[in-house]
Order: sequence, then C-alpha cells, then structure tokens
Amino acid sequence: MTEITCQLVVIGAGPGGYVCAIRAGQLGLDTVLVERGKLGGSCLNVGCIPSKAMIHVAEEFEKLVDAASGKTPFGLSAAQPALDFKQAIAWKDGIVHRLNNGVAALLRKAKVKIVQGHARFRDGKTIVVETETGPKTIKAETVVIATGSAPVELPLLPFGGNVISSTGALSLTEVPKSFVVVGGGYIGLELGTAFAKLGSKVCVVEAQDSILPLYDAELTAPITGRLAALGVEVLSGARALGPTARGDGLRVETADGRERSLPADKILVTVGRQPVTAELGLEQLVLDMDDQFIRIGQRCETSMRGIYAIGDVTGEPMLAHRAMAQGEMVAEIAAGLPRAWDERCIPAICFTDPEIVSVGLSPNEARQRGLNIKVGQFPFVANGRAMTRHGEPGFVRVVARADNQRVIGMQAVGQGVSELSAAFGLAIEMGSVLQDVAGTIHAHPTLGEAIQEAAFRALGHAIHI
Amino acid sequence: MGEHTIKLPDVGEGIAEAELVELHVKEGDLVREDDLLATVMTDKASVEIPSPREGEVIWIGAQVGDTVAIGSALVKLKVAGGDVAEAGDETPVAKPAAPPAATRGEKTVAAPISSAPAAPLARRTSKDQPATPRAVRRAPGEKPAASPAVRLKAREAGIDLRQVHGTGPAGRITHEDIDAFLSRGPMPVHGRGLSPKTDVTDVKVVGLRRRIAEKMTLSKSRIPHITIVEEVNVSPLEELRATLNRKPGPNHPKLTLLPFLMRAMVRALAEQPALNALYDDEAGVIHQHAAVHIGIATQTPSGLVVPVVKHAEARDLRDCSIELDRLAQRAREGTATREELTGSTITITSLGALGGLATTPVINHPEVAIVGVNKIAVRPVWDGTRFVPCKMMNLSSSFDHRVIDGWDAAVFVQRLKELLENPATIFVDP
Repeated sequence: MTEITCQLVVIGAGPGGYVCAIRAGQLGLDTVLVERGKLGGSCLNVGCIPSKAMIHVAEEFEKLVDAASGKTPFGLSAAQPALDFKQAIAWKDGIVHRLNNGVAALLRKAKVKIVQGHARFRDGKTIVVETETGPKTIKAETVVIATGSAPVELPLLPFGGNVISSTGALSLTEVPKSFVVVGGGYIGLELGTAFAKLGSKVCVVEAQDSILPLYDAELTAPITGRLAALGVEVLSGARALGPTARGDGLRVETADGRERSLPADKILVTVGRQPVTAELGLEQLVLDMDDQFIRIGQRCETSMRGIYAIGDVTGEPMLAHRAMAQGEMVAEIAAGLPRAWDERCIPAICFTDPEIVSVGLSPNEARQRGLNIKVGQFPFVANGRAMTRHGEPGFVRVVARADNQRVIGMQAVGQGVSELSAAFGLAIEMGSVLQDVAGTIHAHPTLGEAIQEAAFRALGHAIHI
Repeated sequence: MGEHTIKLPDVGEGIAEAELVELHVKEGDLVREDDLLATVMTDKASVEIPSPREGEVIWIGAQVGDTVAIGSALVKLKVAGGDVAEAGDETPVAKPAAPPAATRGEKTVAAPISSAPAAPLARRTSKDQPATPRAVRRAPGEKPAASPAVRLKAREAGIDLRQVHGTGPAGRITHEDIDAFLSRGPMPVHGRGLSPKTDVTDVKVVGLRRRIAEKMTLSKSRIPHITIVEEVNVSPLEELRATLNRKPGPNHPKLTLLPFLMRAMVRALAEQPALNALYDDEAGVIHQHAAVHIGIATQTPSGLVVPVVKHAEARDLRDCSIELDRLAQRAREGTATREELTGSTITITSLGALGGLATTPVINHPEVAIVGVNKIAVRPVWDGTRFVPCKMMNLSSSFDHRVIDGWDAAVFVQRLKELLENPATIFVDP
C-alpha cells in the first residue's frame, strides 16, 4: 500500500473542496485533494452549471416559440422552431467538460496532488483511498471534509425508472411530454420551468401552502404568475402518494383531500438534499453532529482537532458560494492565518422566471428579530431598462434599520436580477447605510437604478415613483 | 510636474503671526481645490486655509501648536503641469503682514481666506443631508459594522472589533478607527471593585486653551485684583422679568437677568467712567471709553470665549437681550467672528445656576473691572420686624486696584445693587 504524508488533505473536489485545495496550495501547503467522481462536485457537474445551461436553452427556445406564435409586442416573427435536444445536452456537457479541465488546471498550477478514489477515515489523521491501482493511505496534519450533499429520496418514490433526481433531469435524452415535479423549491421550479418552456406539460406538487416556501409572497408572486402563463399547474398543499399502478404517472392527495392521478413521463423529485457521509468511516471518529450534518464552529472546525468540515455536509444554506468561502477560509487557517467566519450575508438566488435574489434579512425575518425597520421597494414597471427588455414584473426591495438606516437586507425579483446580487452583497458586507446606496450614482438605463430608487424610497424621497 | 507653495496669508488687522491649531492634511495626501489644508488661530478667531488648487501634499512647514509668521511657507503641493519649482526655501520665513510676493520660478499663491468661523468641522459637516445616520448603541450580540477589509485588518492585528468605537455612519468602523485603536490601545474595561490607575494623559495645550491660559496668566500676574462681594435682593427684578416674559414679542428671546444687569451697568458707568476703561500699563495711559462694550464670558464646547455686546449704552433692554442671545449662540456654534470676540471695555461673568455663593472673577486684561453674577437663591431676610423670604443674588466684582480705589469700587457695587433692587430706576431717565 502506498502512503502519502502531507500537510492538508481535502476530501471532495466540489466548489468548497477544490477552492480550499487551491488556496492551500497558493499558501505553500503540501496539499492532497481526494475525489471519487469528477472535479467540481455537484455544482459543476450536476447542479448549478448544467442547470443554468439548460435554463438558457429553454429561454432561447421559448423566445422563438413566442415569435413563431406572434406573441411578442414588438412584431418579431419566426418559423416554428425546432430543438435538437441531444445537441443541447452535448453543448451543456461541453461547458461542464471545459470547467472540469479548468479546475484541474488551477489545481495543477497550485501544485495540489489529486487522488482519484473513495476516501475513508482510518483515524483522525489518516484516510485510506480506494484508487484504481489499490488502496492509498494519506496521513495529514489537517483534514477537511467537503463531501457535499445528494438529493433526498422519498420512500414512496425511490429513484429509478421514471422517477428521477435533478441529476437525472439534467441528463435526459429527450424532452418528456408530461413532467411532474415533486417539491416546489428552487431546484424543482428552475427545472420545471425550463421543461415547460421546452414543451413539457409540467405539474408541480408542493406539500406546503405555496411554492418557494422560504421566500415571502411578494417575492414569489411574479413567479406564480409566470408559471400560470407557461401553463404549469401548481398543486400546493398536496402530498405525493406514489407512482400509479401502471407506472405512467403519480398519485397525489390534493389540498382538499381528494386523490388524483397525474400523468407523467418523468417524475422529478426535488424535496431537499442530504449530506454525503456514508462510507466515509465517520464511525472511526468522534464528531459531534447536528442531526445528519457535521457540526462546525466559527472556523469550520469540527469537534476533533485538526478536522474541518465545509460546504453542504455542514448543513444549510447549501450553496456553492458559501462552501467556496469556507474552503478559502479553512485553507488560510491551516496555513496559520488568523481567520474566522464573520461574513454578514450569503446571497441566495432562484434562477426561476423571473429570478429571485435575496441577500440579508427579509422584512419578516428582521421583524421576527425584533428590529424596527424601514422598507423601500421600487417596482420595475417604473424602470426604463426593465420596460425596454420587456421584463416589467418584479421589484427591488431594501430593508434597513429604522434607528440608524443600516441596510440589513436587499431582495429583488425580476428578469435578470441575479446579477444584482453582487451589489446587494457588497452594500451589506460594507456596512452601508441607506444614504450610501442612495448617494451612489447608478448608471442609466439599468435595472440597478431600482436599487438606488428603493433606497431613496426608504428615505422617503424616491424620484421615479 | 510643478510645485505650489502655499504661504500663510495675511489674515488682517496687522497681525504678524498665527498659531497653527489644526492640520487637515498630511504629507502624501491628495487634495482638491478648496479642500481645507489647515486652520490657524489669531487672537480668538480661527481662519481656515483652503487649498487653491489640486495636488499632492509634499511638505508641511509647521506642526500643530507652532506659531507661524504671516507669509511663511505653510504647505507645498506637487501639482500637474505648471512651473518647476526652484529648490530650497523650505524654512518658514517671517514676513510680517507683507503680502506674499511671487519670486522667480517659484509660483507662489496666497491662499484665499475664507470667513473666520472658529469651528472648521462645523462647516464641513453642514452638507444638506436629510437624516444623517446616527450611531446607535450596539445591542448585545450584534456584530459591529465594518467592511470586510477592516474586519480582516482587525483580526490580523488581534483586535476584537466589539471594543472599537466606530466613527463612520451609524457607527461603522473605519480603517482610521482601527489605526486610532492601535495607537491608543483598548478602552479601559470597568473591572469589579477599585483598582489603582497609573496612566498619565498628556494633553497638548493648543489653540483656544492656550489663548485662555495666556490671557489668564497675563491678567493675574499684572493686575492686583480687589474683589467685592455684595448681596442683592432681586425679588422685584425677578417679578418684573417674569411679567415681561409672560408676553414675549414675536422674535424676542426670553429675557434673562443679564440684560437688566447690562442696562444697570450702563447707568452706573455713566456716573463712574473710570471703571469703563482699558489700562495700557506699559504706556501708562488709561483709555476711558464713552462706549460701553460689554464682554460676556461664555462657555463653549472648546472653552471660554468672550463675545462682546457692542454699544450697550445705545441698546434698550430688548435689544441687549437679542444681541446677547445671538452672540451666545454664535459663540457656542463656533461661528463668532473675530470682530464679535474683541473690543470689550468691561466684562460680565455668569455661571447661572452654577454660580456659587461668591466667585473671584479674573479681570479681562486690559480692562479694569469685571462683574460676576452668582446664583439666585431664596434666603430669609430680616426686614426689621420679621424674616421674609427673598430672592437673593450675590454680585462678585473684581477691580484693578492699581487704578481703582476700594472706595470707588464699593460705590460702583452699591450703585448696581441700588439699581437692581429698584428695577424701575434702571429705566427712569436721570
């Protein structure tokens, strides 16, 4: 058995793990990265990136469909469009492949050693990796667990056959005629919307009273409206009971207690994600857990000295950019730098149609914390750029403390608002007050003007409304 | 690249030098036109020196507390374009009251003088902001507001940001706050019980404080003071004042006791002009003034200043009151001009409710008399048959014993007492 001794070993090459390894390499640490699948983890291979590629394909296709049916208000027409779905998938795979290679190149540049295979703890300082060429033992001063998460399976709807996870939905070979989504969270809605635009008859089954239950009704209203326009049926307060006897659909109990069968070529189950900790040999360790997640402190340290955990395996919010920031921080801690998690906000985005972005506290969350707040909201219907790109539904909302005007939350819903997350995050992270945002010139004509106007409105003197 | 020398401009009134009380820039700073470079103080008014053009500060000729001669180089700027400066000439040279002359090669600029408010900061923050965010006390457990870079800097310096006072909007901690914290050390944490303290804080005596110290030393070292304390029954005066205040005019400030005292002084001084005088002891001349310019010792955030009510002899009660109110406000805001702070012939000092039983006022040199007002209290007064409660107030007045005899001082004090106890007589033509 070959044995490697290094300073830092990272288990999992997802966005948290590979960033941690690159940063550690930059800092001169002798670093090994262990991955059993492809570099980039869920995010790059079966998550953020491929889903965004498919959403783009769906959007472009829908534009042509609209043009062909004469639905555009500006007189665009087109012949009935056709989509070579295989080529679309190939294009998506090409992007993923390029990014895989990019991550590999960055790791090489940082002099990180990559070991391909499944890792298992032997003790707190040693892991054994089953590689193609046999087991490898790695001894390291510091171990970072970055094993990520996987889709949750419903006992009544185990994955297989027509029942697919988000991973399966991103590798379909054809557009299903009927598509049922179980779970109206952001993953289900993003994919459901994409397939609806590609021509599927989509139905969303959500157990809670509304879709996107983590967001307030104001933010989700434009999504609900758009889903209806796309012909997506949303069954809220409904329970999935299992596949139909013939396996061609899904039995659900609707909100009024009736049973109904939904025809479905494919059933996508997106009811959450669970940490990947099985087969990791955690039983060899004495790690404190938070339910099924690994419990961490302010420096991503676990209950065992020298073992850190980052990313989805540590629980919500399960977001790639959170994992990246944690990975970078842990690498610096391993290099002896004084670091701790003191970020003020982690932006969250739904790439639905229209998009939702939320940074910091929503008005409700702020009130629940007993804060006295001011809210400024500016609708895109009064924004020139939103009009000229034919995307008027939605708004920008700024939440500030009433006592000192500090901006504590910024949200938006609307076409293309995901890119506003950068401005939102910066404003909050810099400790801005309303006057800072209002006093920053925002270029005209852009959607960003709505940010400034929302701040003005919170101060009581919006110009364009 | 050229070089601009900014010289200390002639601040007028024949003054040959001024004290540098504030530097708003340091070497290496980039300044724009009209940015404040420095504040200098002459007598009791301060003058701001703005930058005449844009550039980088490459040299500063004086430190805070230094006395700088008019016309000497104060700041040098590296500016884009322009002439190349000649080397040398980096020593401040006194050129009393001479307008700075352009010499060969070197482009010399006399900085324009802005109006003379005493508090430069007040001007800079007077931007029209609807609601300037105030710092609010952080709730327990609330994270201090600071940018990521500031947080990183603090972490690397081992500073707990919760101990740092933020000076930014809504208490945001800035890079400068971290620097200040590092140079000053943490605020003392209140421990349990008593503990000995050994630290000594050195406060440089500059600016207004230095002026006050100099004037007080001058007065007490030159003038042999004589102080007389006399009690005055102000019950009738207080009744009159209350009556007048019940129906204030549209723009009338509430009458205080001081306008009555000023009018009484005008009356008493008409009979004793020797007390309304400036004694030039070096020349051996007493200048007796016909005009009664009454200085009013006023406490401001930066220290004691004495705005002057000019020509009290030509002002009626309301007029005295309005002028007094205006000057006190300007003094407190730091916007009183040099003109308003000089030229008194006699001074009143009053601490209001803090006035104590008696004080020993220090004469405002080169004046010869000062009237101190003590607090009003209800005291039992024997009227010959019984004790009656009366509003009593002491006057503590000091005189320059070189030129004022005790007799004259006593006559003046008795005259003031008589006028104040019978307020109608203040207003009756002699």
